[in-house]
Amino acid sequence: MHATAANDTAANSDRRGEARPVLIVLEPTSSLIPVNLHELWGYRELLYFMVWRDLKVRYKQTMLGAAWVILQPLVMALVFTIFLGKFARIPSGGIPYLLLVFSGLVPWMFFSTAVVSSGNSVVGNSHLITKVYFPRLLVPMAAIGGRLVDFAISFLVVAGLMCYYRVHIGWRLATLPLFVLLLTTLAFGVGTLTAAWNAKYRDVTIMLPVIVQVWMFVSPIVYPVDIVPVRWRQFYNLNPLVGLIEGFRSALLNRQLDVPALLISVAITLVLTVYALYVFRRMERSFADVV
Amino acid sequence: MTVPIISVQNLSKQYRLGTTSYSHDLREAFAARLRAPLRFKASDNQTSNQAVWALRNVSFDVEPGEVVGIVGPNGAGKSTLLKILSRITEPTSGRAELHGRVGSLLEVGTGFHPELTGRENIFLNGAVLGMKRVEIERRFDEIVAFAEIDRFLDTPVKRYSSGMYMRLAFAVAAHLDPEILLVDEVLAVGDAQFQAKCLGKMNDVARGGRTVLFVSHNLASVLTLCRRSLLVKDGGIFCDGPSSEVIGQYVNIGATPLTGEQIWPDFENAPGNDNIRLHAVRIVSAGMTTADVDIQKEVHVQVEFWNRRPGARIMTSIHLLDKLGAGVLSSTNMHSANIVRDDWFDEPHPAGLYRATCTIPANFLNEGRYRINAIVLTNISKIEARADDAVAFTVHETGSMRKEYGGEWLGVVRPRLAWQSQRLEESSSQASEANL
Repeated sequence: MHATAANDTAANSDRRGEARPVLIVLEPTSSLIPVNLHELWGYRELLYFMVWRDLKVRYKQTMLGAAWVILQPLVMALVFTIFLGKFARIPSGGIPYLLLVFSGLVPWMFFSTAVVSSGNSVVGNSHLITKVYFPRLLVPMAAIGGRLVDFAISFLVVAGLMCYYRVHIGWRLATLPLFVLLLTTLAFGVGTLTAAWNAKYRDVTIMLPVIVQVWMFVSPIVYPVDIVPVRWRQFYNLNPLVGLIEGFRSALLNRQLDVPALLISVAITLVLTVYALYVFRRMERSFADVV
Repeated sequence: MTVPIISVQNLSKQYRLGTTSYSHDLREAFAARLRAPLRFKASDNQTSNQAVWALRNVSFDVEPGEVVGIVGPNGAGKSTLLKILSRITEPTSGRAELHGRVGSLLEVGTGFHPELTGRENIFLNGAVLGMKRVEIERRFDEIVAFAEIDRFLDTPVKRYSSGMYMRLAFAVAAHLDPEILLVDEVLAVGDAQFQAKCLGKMNDVARGGRTVLFVSHNLASVLTLCRRSLLVKDGGIFCDGPSSEVIGQYVNIGATPLTGEQIWPDFENAPGNDNIRLHAVRIVSAGMTTADVDIQKEVHVQVEFWNRRPGARIMTSIHLLDKLGAGVLSSTNMHSANIVRDDWFDEPHPAGLYRATCTIPANFLNEGRYRINAIVLTNISKIEARADDAVAFTVHETGSMRKEYGGEWLGVVRPRLAWQSQRLEESSSQASEANL
């Protein structure tokens, strides 16, 4: 299904005009283009409202509200620091272990919550999907948007920790937005794919937490990449999070970056996201019938 | 001739039935792929015998400004048609063109979130229905005034009464300003006053030159709102023309079930939820199941249901509607509404199959067709299973009230009431006799 012209404001303001600006053609889809950007843009306000709803609802009736965004990774980082840094003495490559963990945990928490909430978003919004039309892609997008706001807030703590440890800020900090963008893209790709499958196969809801847990430990969150044996490294780098999380650390802590590993991550992220868009496009037609 | 604002050509929609074809089980999907690794399209041969055409080759045009009613029995495809036109689901084949912004109202309160306040929900719901923020801001005061909730604007809607909730939800939807408005059965909710208000608003919308498609079981409101109607039956358009003719057809051909009995043989597909589902609704008169009732005989409405939650406190209820869908009466087995005693009312029901029978007295209904909605509730108020238009029956005059007068009786009921006449004065009769 596609709209030849989206409901833009121009169409709206002169609706009594002689020419009818909006034509919607409904027929079985066969388009090869996975996303109708023009239409998405026309619905940007709805995206904004959905993100806003997500945040509002999440922190309503919680006493600490958005403070949870900061407390969650802080508590986890402290636990990891005590058990893995102090007791298990995992090497942290010259940086304080708390800083190492935290600079990995903050992007990881964003990624994992974004994937889980966007993965469950289509099923969770079935009451909307079966009752009203809007581009279905908005649903996983909005879920990620909400987590992105959390992510931004949790950066305050990162900044605080960096001050505390007197981290030397270098030019690499300028690359941070790139990694935020890449991580968001990856979360969007994985989340969208998951959301589409989840609409049809509820196994995904059950599998998702397990996959996320495993993913955390096969990514350099609570340990530095260096402890992975070199002969495993090539295989290990196929996990796109490796390059992205390391990229975050490199930007924040001004450390050397493994560029080939990053390029692999970027390539996998892009391929995965395009694939996810195709799968979503193919499956979204039946969402209202199966969800 | 003007260009039609809605043009539908050979629209078809196929659904697959059964639990295996739309499997929610990943293992089965993998297994199917393993059995036939090269077949990438969902296997056509296997599923086609379970396929059901909800709509088949539907074509019609609507001119700008027309208000068209869509009527038809349950499962005829009315809602599917609306869902396709509002882009919720895709047609299997065929094509439809809509020249204008489409607003669809398939349910009142779509997108409401219980945790958010009335104010917040107005914006959210408006955005979901396709309004721009500036539009919502411009009409905000109107919406609040229409809904009559100004004091509760900053209260979460989860604390609203159901009446307030409905008013607010309809208010937002009513201020939606699309060229094409698709409305499904939203007037089935709320109290009579609210329904009247909604109908009034719908009338304004129609008069304002908007194009409206209106699906309803309430034939009376279709008659008042729509000049033209479509009768949808078995996935096709059975009849298209002036509303009075189409509705006449609908009533006469008995597009509503004629059997006087509807049975849902398997639990899974019956109306209701996993705890309680209907099993059958049946009209019994003069000792047999029938759709034709002698006016001089009692009518027994039997509602059979399964209970799978031991201990559920169950109440049974029916709505009796006339041929146009207007309510004649509602009745339940609660003690204060019962002239005999039903010991099962609101008592814990062990799991099992139950039958509740309501007896409508003889010589009470008028001639004509009546329809029954059957409802099973728990804890007096929670609807567990409901079947609208579950059965229909026709009451036939058999001469009981035709001895003196052969014409028709006005009204939906025709009870025999107590009449007594008295002579109050004697004086005037002498005078009239004297005149002769």
